[in-house]
Amino acid sequence: MAKIQLNGKKIKIYKDLNITGLLRKYNLDMKKIAVELNGEILPKSYYGKKKLRDKDKIEIVQFIGGG
Amino acid sequence: MRNDNLKIGGHSLKSRLIVGTGKYKNFKQTADAVKASGASMVTVAVRRVNILDKRKPVLMDYLDPKKIIYLPNTAGCFNSKDALRTLRLAREMGGWKLVKLEVLGDKKTLYPNMVETLKSTEVLVKEGFKVMVYCSDDPILAKKLQDLGATAIMPLASPIGSGRGIRNKLNISLIIKNIKVPVIVDAGIGTASDAAVAMELGCDGVLVNTAIAKAKKPILMASSMKDAVIAGRKSYLAGRMNFQNYASSSSPEDGLI
Repeated sequence: MAKIQLNGKKIKIYKDLNITGLLRKYNLDMKKIAVELNGEILPKSYYGKKKLRDKDKIEIVQFIGGG
Repeated sequence: MRNDNLKIGGHSLKSRLIVGTGKYKNFKQTADAVKASGASMVTVAVRRVNILDKRKPVLMDYLDPKKIIYLPNTAGCFNSKDALRTLRLAREMGGWKLVKLEVLGDKKTLYPNMVETLKSTEVLVKEGFKVMVYCSDDPILAKKLQDLGATAIMPLASPIGSGRGIRNKLNISLIIKNIKVPVIVDAGIGTASDAAVAMELGCDGVLVNTAIAKAKKPILMASSMKDAVIAGRKSYLAGRMNFQNYASSSSPEDGLI
């Protein structure tokens, strides 16, 4: 298991889970979100390749209503 | 009237009313209000997804970005760093290059921090963004933003969400006269007549959120704003009569009995 921080919350995931797997776990459509990994924007083409490691900090954002 | 679309950032908008999607009761009401407003473009904010509730509906389920243009904004950002981060994420989400920059000065007034706004505009333009910029109603700073490459200038009418209408018509007029890119009054519109006044002054468009979302009947107000923007635009194009000091009878005096 690896401990990561997702949107400010500490969670545990299986070791070597990639971003695609993480999105699936949270039922998120990659077309509707963007991902930041340790302060850097992660291009969508990396979602299948990038494996998460212990202490990684992830932000997943989406569009919401706003003025 | 021939095609009078608003051309902005490579888009040709049928409606000169842009609406915000915040402060509604739910997504259904948001979508209904957007439809009633006839808007071709909506502003949206970027926020963390809710990881605790996997079934929570999302805005895109109600407003299809293929059918209506999403204009990502940086609402809630108080410095250049956060604003840039937000818009880079928005671009990654689906390739949005046309964005609305809004760097706020303080929480009480939500007045723009123009120093950070100018700095951010410069960086974003260099990175290939088309930037519509929320700004103060200062004609010199508006010109400066245009010089930096802003796609549209968006001066406030009065503070965001205050519903106070256009507090300084003279400044808005000076900005319109000085600026070649579209000028869109953003923030402070309270009711339909405010939107009509903005358009009569010669603004290219208006952005409205709270005035619709917080009306007693938001859908009806959305359609009222649509009519007001159309009426104001026509009035501007028609060219108003001159002001007179004394009365001038509308009926001829000839043949008076």
